Amino acid sequence: MSITTVSTGHESEVSTSAHGHHEGHHEHHHEESFISKYVFSQDHKMIAKQFLITGMIWAVIGGLFSVLFRLQLGYPEMSFPILEDLFGKWAAGGRISNEFYYALVTMHGTILVFFVLTAGLSGTFANFLIPLQIGARDMASPMLNMLSYWFFFLASIIMFASMFIQTGPASGGWTIYPPLSALGQASEGSKLGMDYWLVSMAMFIVSSLLGGLNYISTILNMRTKGMTMTRLPLTIWALFFTAVLGVLSFPVLLSGAILLLFDRNLGTSFYLSEIVVKGEILPNEGGSAILFQHLFWFLGHPEVYIILLPALGMVSEILSVNSRKPIFGYLAMVGSLFAIAILAFLVWAHHMFVTGLNPFLGAFFVLLTLLIAVPSAIKVFNWLTTLWRGNLRFTPAMLFAIGFVSLFISGGLTGIFLGNSTLDIHLHDTYFVVAHFHIVMGVASMFGMFAGVYHWYPKMYGRYMNNTLAYIHFWVSLVGAYLIFWPMHYQGLAGMPRRYTDFSNWESFKNFGEMNRFISTVAMIVFVVQLLFIFNFFYSIWKGRKVTSQNPWGANTLEWTAPIRPGHGNWPGEIPEVHRWAYDYGKDGRDFIAQTEPISDSESKH
Amino acid sequence: MATVMNVQRDKIHPHKFTLWVAIGSIIMMFAGLTSAYIVKRSQAGWVMVEIPLLFWISTATILLSSVSIHFAVQHFKKRNLETYKKLLYVTLALGMAFLVMQVLGFNMYRDMDIRLTGAGSNASYSFILAIAGLHGLHVLGGIIALAWVTFKASNQSRREYNTVPAEIIATYWHFVDVLWIYLILFFNWMR
Repeated sequence: MSITTVSTGHESEVSTSAHGHHEGHHEHHHEESFISKYVFSQDHKMIAKQFLITGMIWAVIGGLFSVLFRLQLGYPEMSFPILEDLFGKWAAGGRISNEFYYALVTMHGTILVFFVLTAGLSGTFANFLIPLQIGARDMASPMLNMLSYWFFFLASIIMFASMFIQTGPASGGWTIYPPLSALGQASEGSKLGMDYWLVSMAMFIVSSLLGGLNYISTILNMRTKGMTMTRLPLTIWALFFTAVLGVLSFPVLLSGAILLLFDRNLGTSFYLSEIVVKGEILPNEGGSAILFQHLFWFLGHPEVYIILLPALGMVSEILSVNSRKPIFGYLAMVGSLFAIAILAFLVWAHHMFVTGLNPFLGAFFVLLTLLIAVPSAIKVFNWLTTLWRGNLRFTPAMLFAIGFVSLFISGGLTGIFLGNSTLDIHLHDTYFVVAHFHIVMGVASMFGMFAGVYHWYPKMYGRYMNNTLAYIHFWVSLVGAYLIFWPMHYQGLAGMPRRYTDFSNWESFKNFGEMNRFISTVAMIVFVVQLLFIFNFFYSIWKGRKVTSQNPWGANTLEWTAPIRPGHGNWPGEIPEVHRWAYDYGKDGRDFIAQTEPISDSESKH
Repeated sequence: MATVMNVQRDKIHPHKFTLWVAIGSIIMMFAGLTSAYIVKRSQAGWVMVEIPLLFWISTATILLSSVSIHFAVQHFKKRNLETYKKLLYVTLALGMAFLVMQVLGFNMYRDMDIRLTGAGSNASYSFILAIAGLHGLHVLGGIIALAWVTFKASNQSRREYNTVPAEIIATYWHFVDVLWIYLILFFNWMR
């Protein structure tokens, strides 16, 4: 047993690490049961896969919902009898009912924002990459890590169950603004479904917090020898700031949600005041619905970056590896991540320009919002200069990373439009906003996630995914994303409002019928191509081409020094020591120099 | 026994560090709630809240429990296990007394003809219930953890040398204590 034996003075409590080296000790007579290996696993790599696969299941459900409501928007006059067979009263006469439409949109938003792009994205890659890239056997507390997944699982079950209750799931939008969400009598979706939603989200928040605590603690405390903070790969920096954002903003959402639960079930008036529903005057007085929006968006805005930052980090790493060049401006990249994380907490009111916010106050939020353009632009220029004159290898991961940069630019530019309160007042309730946040947050982060999956798949399963299917997946997704969302910018500028179920009744929006049909058609094609990815993913787990070399991409980071299929504990012997940063590509005429290689005397300085 | 981390001796234990991050997270939650309270206070329909005397007595109780858990850990480190155990029992009792007093405090509002929930309730008082109630849940969490440590300390068959769990719970306990003092002063000044 050659593991570094540095006693900490507190032995037994570090059961985490005791578990970590367990495998090293007893390699020959240690067998994990099915349950402890695949179900209640404490191995960060298995937990990452659990997050990923659960996230993928959710992505299919959430994506399918968008196909259903796009069906309504694209073909408002047609009826699809099969929908009635499947959904009964929700699609009476083969047409999606208004209640059903709102439920679909709400669930689409909730699922994609929280379950796929938060849990599925940072849950997967923070778990998988943090210990492997910083050189740790496992997380600071594998137990909390396991609990984090199982709270997510519980949240998933509750949210899934809410779709099968008689009054349907929550349908007040993923932002669940009161008073609509607080009053059961106001809509079907504000009845039991809303309570399920709130309880599910409370479980989800617990899961995120347990995960986030662990990520922060692991990154700061468990780095291997020589792995200073400035030698960390950018993926880890990004995941670190993501975790900090989550730990500081999710509790605020929880407090907002708890007050909402009080209003719903205990008859308090935090958010309710002087309301008449269906002719009935409610006794509630003195509440403020805007208060909820402040609490919600104090999380809601950082949440956008919780979704985006892991993608930023992974893209930086993948672009550098596949350009065979060091990342341009490493410290500027870290600094801009830091700036984005700080600014994320100072801009929430730009979601509320149309709530009657004091325009004087709005001006500060405009300024702070537009400031985000600075770190974002730094990142974009650094990616472009990383690509510049590189020896580009167009692996599927690289394509998705480049696609991410493209989407981040196009989606970011429209953010400058919306950040200005004067323009936002016109655009806020139109499709322009839908187009903006789908491109910059939704599709871009999805692309980051795909890039990550394609890039680290060999490390996850010891096999490659099929390249041909991956290229089809990429090109259809990229072209499709632009074909879906570019027309929406135009529709939004022309004043087409969001949240309408049917535009054919409106003289002013009738002329968008053709365009809506086009968007819906593309959306369906793109959805089908995502199924190709799912097929590729599962097929390759068992049938993919086997990885034969430890370091298939010629990358510098530590995960590629571990065995092709690392066991629990990651490295069979000692944890490698780190001597340099992660981006020595093409240095002194050498293609790459791994982080574990000591700096020689003849080497040139950075 | 080997540990696999390359932890230096002077570095903070990862689990202790995790607790500090968690404390930051809990602070954010209560910061959110008390900011909501401040925002609400500046709007129409706010009433001056009354704080029953019992809440001040419970404040003294939880303060006292912080003292007892502090000395408990001190005695554990000196291996005075009997005193350690006794002080844990004292802390547990004081913690539970605190919770009981909080619940009785909420009930006292009923005698004062003030409604915390339901029709006719005012958000000013509902806030007290929501915020102090959530704080109570955090104390309850501490009590459960403390009960577990006490159980381990009472277990004759296994000797416990590891001070980290007790230290972590003590830190958490001090935190919920300080949090309550902040809350009661906040309620008192921000009426």
